[in-house]
Amino acid sequence: MSGHESTYTPTNAFTKWLDTRLPIVRFAQDTAINFPTPKNLNYWYTFGGILAVCLVVQILTGVILAMHYEASVDGAFASVERIMRDVPYGWLLRYIHANGASMFFLAVYLHMFRGLYYGSYKAPREILWILGCVIYLLMMATAFLGYMLPWGQMSYHGANVITSLFGAIPLVGESLQTWILGGPSIGNQTLQRFFSLHYLLPFMIAGAVILHVWALHVPGNNNPTGVEVQDVAKDTVPFHPYYTVKDAFAIVIFLILFAVFVFYAPNVLGHADNYIEANPLVTPAHIVPEWYLLPFYAILRAITFDLGPIPAKLLGVIFMFAAIAVLFILPWLDTSKVKSMRYRPVAKQFFFGFVAVCLLLGWCGAANPDDAVLPALQGDPKLVVSYTADGQEATSEYKGGTEAYLDAKRFMESLPEGASPSLAAVPAPTFLFRHFSLILTFCYFGFFVLLFFLGLTEKPKELPESIHKSVLKREKASASAVPAE
Amino acid sequence: MKAFRILTAGLAGLMIAASAHAAGGAAHPHAPEEGWPFEGVTGQFDQASLQRGYQVYQEVCSSCHSMKLLSYRNLGDPGGPFYDAEYPNPNDNPYVKAIAAQNEILSPTPNEAGDYDFRPATPADRFRSPYPNDNAARAANGGAVPPDLSVITKARVGGASYIYSLLAGYPDDEVFSERVVAEESDGGTPDDPSDDTPAEVQTVIDTSKLHIGHGDDHHYEGYLVQNVGQYYNPYMPGDTVPQFDGDPRHAPPGGFLAMPPQLLPGRVEYSDGTEATIEQMAYDVSQFLAWAGEPKQGNRKSLGLAVMVYFGILAILLWFSYKRIWRNVEH
Repeated sequence: MSGHESTYTPTNAFTKWLDTRLPIVRFAQDTAINFPTPKNLNYWYTFGGILAVCLVVQILTGVILAMHYEASVDGAFASVERIMRDVPYGWLLRYIHANGASMFFLAVYLHMFRGLYYGSYKAPREILWILGCVIYLLMMATAFLGYMLPWGQMSYHGANVITSLFGAIPLVGESLQTWILGGPSIGNQTLQRFFSLHYLLPFMIAGAVILHVWALHVPGNNNPTGVEVQDVAKDTVPFHPYYTVKDAFAIVIFLILFAVFVFYAPNVLGHADNYIEANPLVTPAHIVPEWYLLPFYAILRAITFDLGPIPAKLLGVIFMFAAIAVLFILPWLDTSKVKSMRYRPVAKQFFFGFVAVCLLLGWCGAANPDDAVLPALQGDPKLVVSYTADGQEATSEYKGGTEAYLDAKRFMESLPEGASPSLAAVPAPTFLFRHFSLILTFCYFGFFVLLFFLGLTEKPKELPESIHKSVLKREKASASAVPAE
Repeated sequence: MKAFRILTAGLAGLMIAASAHAAGGAAHPHAPEEGWPFEGVTGQFDQASLQRGYQVYQEVCSSCHSMKLLSYRNLGDPGGPFYDAEYPNPNDNPYVKAIAAQNEILSPTPNEAGDYDFRPATPADRFRSPYPNDNAARAANGGAVPPDLSVITKARVGGASYIYSLLAGYPDDEVFSERVVAEESDGGTPDDPSDDTPAEVQTVIDTSKLHIGHGDDHHYEGYLVQNVGQYYNPYMPGDTVPQFDGDPRHAPPGGFLAMPPQLLPGRVEYSDGTEATIEQMAYDVSQFLAWAGEPKQGNRKSLGLAVMVYFGILAILLWFSYKRIWRNVEH
């Protein structure tokens, strides 16, 4: 299946016998040992290995947690706490699994931004990129399903918000939502199916990962120059030991970060409300998803206006799904022939802008949409006295400091009896997170539109002749004490 | 280009900080002046304080608040308040047995005759719940169910510091006064007591006398009306504007809760002779609740240290392996 010729020679009678029946040793040798890999891969290319570790960690800890977990509305919350208290090292398993989800997403985002920066989605790697997007989508589904299982307040009400999105679809929405929930509202049947699917999807991810690796091994790795391998001997090194050791180092550094969260801040990425058992009658003050879904949550909430016959809620759902769908067509949106943004001076600037937009969307997703983005710039609230005059509702406004309050108070006292005045503070109009999210949403989609036109007009820098040459050039540059970019 | 990257890194930090944002509207919870012994990378619980904290829970909190996820045996687990190295199995610990036996519970399993009877608890039993169900708890507490305290420090932003601040943060007596809203009336017929209405009195807090401190030095001019069965606390998430008759732009922080101040000086008599001040009791019970919420915290931190050392050495070895393997390859 690999794009390079096999260099494996069976050495003894058994391996010769095996090789003509099931060439599994040859396969392993060709894909994981001798696989020619560009010699110029930097640390951004280690996230593939890191993600494989994340998947294995999640599946291993998850399988053991499932042995102790009870998928019922009466027992789920207590069973999770029982795991933390009475199962030997249960606290470790659960904290690894819960924080592992965050670490998995952290790694996948870096992996995706790396692919975006070095143009790893371009021919001949479109299928590789799309499979990656499928994995990402499955990961989000798995994470969402898993977040339901501890049966805390955020589990319940978060699931309520997300499943109600399906209800926004015209005609079939309501039936679809009922079908997903297994009833008119979230109940025991929902929890049980979410648990079942949460156990199933990781294996679908594992299947997609196999395809992803297969699709990687046909064209081989992209690399920071975006120039394809021309001479295997000069441009590449065998995967083992060169990249096994480099990946292993990166994996251990990543695990150190992982361990900091697990051992010293296990709940910092979660929400306190999820340690309150689910109660359908009490809605938390702010329903927010986990951090890795915040940018999409911000896009969902950014749309607060109807567009013709499309209601705001449906439009938000459309934009949110479009934000993910656009990744699938990215290989055909980007018209530039040059892969790596190293040689695309204009696109490079916009790339960093795009990263900033994604992070700011995350910030907006965590905030209350009606809060001021910059409270320091917001003026003083004005005081509004509401009262009844001659049977009509009337208001009177006061701006300023303490005097305004005293004026308002004097006015209220001067009113005749029966006016029933009431005093309220109305915040000064300012730039709200709602507005900011909308701007950022357009920037998010704008980046992809821009890639289309930029590819047609941008004048790229000169590409290196080969991977080998580019490496030599960099060596010389650093030798003459010019710091590399 | 550099600026862009720094900006991006800054935004990443900002986003992480924002995703863990605190609930608004309430005073920021603060730790006791001396801090918490269980905080930090090597922090561990103070066993004497845990024991006192259990006493406060048992004598004060437990009359309304359940702790359904805890069993009496947990008190004798390693790291627990009554752990004794002589009894690795907490079910054998005589102290734990005695504590359990002080509580009479409705047996969760039927006796030989098939009846559920009351009996003294054993270490294997769950903590006694004050109410048989939520409805009973609600009915007995003016419509508010006292929350279960098993994981309360994990379920509130601020954790143990929040519990500490809340318990010790009720306003002093001097700020309270009573205000007559409707005069006593004899209904127009002084001889007939059936149409009499008693005076309607409101409890109000003079917020200008309120000293929240701990970073909040604002002056709140006005009166806060405290409804019957509701108690103002600056650390309770909520909204005071509807109850405040001063400038609504300068309403005091916090909210109202159904729990009156519980920790009055000397409410419990500590067996180790520690003086039972409000702060001391709040400190002890908060630490006890932090332990109850995460009894394995000590194990977590000590294992964490070993894991860090292991990964640290492994990373160094791998770095040198990497340097050596790649030494002849330009890359």
